[in-house]
Amino acid sequence: MASSAVIKKSDAVVKKRTFHRSPFYQGWKRFKNHKLAVIGMVWVVLFLIAGIIGPYVAPYDYRSGDFLAINQGPSWQHIFGTDNVGHDMFSQILYSVRSALIIAFGATVVSFVIGIILGLWAGLRGGIADMIIMRAVDFMMTLPGFLFALILVILLGRGYTSLILAIGIPGWAGYARLIRSLVLGMRDGEMVEAARALGASQAHIARRYMLPNVIGSMGVALAFGIPGDLTQIAGLSIFGMGLQPPIPSFGNMIAQASDNILGFPWLLYFPAGIFALTLLAFLFVADGLQEAFSPKGGN
Amino acid sequence: MQEQPLLSIDNLHVKFSRSEDEVFAVNGVSFAIHANESLGIVGESGSGKSVTLMSSIGLLRENGKITSGTANFLGKDLLKLRPRQLEDIRGRDIGVVFQDPMTSLNPVMRIGDQIMEAMLTHQYAGRREAFERTIQLLHEMGIPDPKSRFKNYPHEFSGGMRQRIMIAIALACEPQLLIADEPTTALDVTVQMQILALLQDLRRKHGMSVVMVTHDFGLATNFCDKIIVMYGGKIMEMATTDQFIREATHPYSIGLKRSIIEVGHKGKEIISIPKSAKTLTETPAGCPFAERCTYKTERCHHEVPELRTFGIDHQIACHHAEEVASYAV
Repeated sequence: MASSAVIKKSDAVVKKRTFHRSPFYQGWKRFKNHKLAVIGMVWVVLFLIAGIIGPYVAPYDYRSGDFLAINQGPSWQHIFGTDNVGHDMFSQILYSVRSALIIAFGATVVSFVIGIILGLWAGLRGGIADMIIMRAVDFMMTLPGFLFALILVILLGRGYTSLILAIGIPGWAGYARLIRSLVLGMRDGEMVEAARALGASQAHIARRYMLPNVIGSMGVALAFGIPGDLTQIAGLSIFGMGLQPPIPSFGNMIAQASDNILGFPWLLYFPAGIFALTLLAFLFVADGLQEAFSPKGGN
Repeated sequence: MQEQPLLSIDNLHVKFSRSEDEVFAVNGVSFAIHANESLGIVGESGSGKSVTLMSSIGLLRENGKITSGTANFLGKDLLKLRPRQLEDIRGRDIGVVFQDPMTSLNPVMRIGDQIMEAMLTHQYAGRREAFERTIQLLHEMGIPDPKSRFKNYPHEFSGGMRQRIMIAIALACEPQLLIADEPTTALDVTVQMQILALLQDLRRKHGMSVVMVTHDFGLATNFCDKIIVMYGGKIMEMATTDQFIREATHPYSIGLKRSIIEVGHKGKEIISIPKSAKTLTETPAGCPFAERCTYKTERCHHEVPELRTFGIDHQIACHHAEEVASYAV
């Protein structure tokens, strides 16, 4: 009979889809359905590749300018043009990708590590430790992070490490607050109680029960954190507090180009455009991750 | 002389501190459970039935405190053990099944791994044996095709199936005592009966004792050998199931029995117990049930009724049990 055949077929489909699928696999499937996120992902991957191999494939060195060809428009020789001392813009951008990535990832890791330690401590310990840490979080939240970073750069200097620290240190508060709330939500939940009833130790519960269940949310927070830190680096450079000028960076290029915006606008278009697209791509990915992995995203 | 009980709780007091006051959740509870026995603890929400058991195995919330009492399990006082030692006992000698199977399993772990975990943590079995025993357990729980189900995640199971898995986890190390805290409350009635039948079957097969905490009288009388009725953190009545069905006498027990709706009893009057249970923020001067009791006298407000022998295998905490019995019959 036709109808029973139809029922059988749909049964088979359901079986195939729901068997042995881990929550992460399901999240990935939801992520794949998010078109913008996938496009963003492609751009992010290209950006990462550029960051890794960029300096090796760059047609020109970032230090040596060609004084006979300054402020040129795009051409076959210099596809993104050259700046006011004859640097090839394309090469400059390739180098900048690497420095931007190193600082952005480094800073995010720094804030994340501080945040996760303090957040876990506050959430699991409770009591006075919790109160002190959370008041510190409130304090950090009221400070303008950018100003704080600016002051730290002045104190620490303008190298890679100091920039990573300057941007990373003020950023921990948000992560700490997120992790604390996730831990609190689970600490008295049935799942943890059941695990305790089985004789699981605190450490075991933190490792096998809490961590795997917060990883999704933390990944989302990280994904949102990276574009934020990218903006901060560029912002610092525009204020003249980023990497020292011979080292190329998006902020430096944008700052320089904006001085000559009327004469040589393409010097602004390429770095600013690529930078903006990158931020957008990271945000799309973060958005897709949030939809795929946050507890409200279904399942 | 009777044999040594498996778990005997003696004069247990538990209180919870809240920001503004204290709640006296358990006020002097004593009972014992022997090997191969099943005990039902019945009472309304907040009567202290869960707290009694959870505190005895060290699963109190942070704001809870055991103020006095002992809980002897195989010669050891559970209340005096260090957390590490309790972790050893929980899950190995005492298994626990909770009310809500939907939220009690770890959503990111395969169910087979969760069952194996209990055995591996307690070094009950090696990897290989643990795996084989898991398959066997799943089979015993009536989960079809255990080998392929081993790899499923909790969200791929229905509520009843998840509760079976919770039971499998609780039974993994062959505990001598299983504490079931309202194990079927979150399930459909039909599934409830399946789970109960399964538990009964497993109890017979493995010779373990079960303490069932429930608010469902019918369930308790069907499943348990002995019944304890709790109210206001105290035992009101304790009897073997047969005795209980025949001669439950405490006004509270009678009230509970009258307020049950049964299928096919159209026309039978359902009488609810007047007022509702109060949270005890101070030690009561009299019978905790006095306020809602239709048989109360002056004495009930001033004197706490102690649990006393009322018949064979039947104890009761009521000043007026004899009179109530004569009315009720």
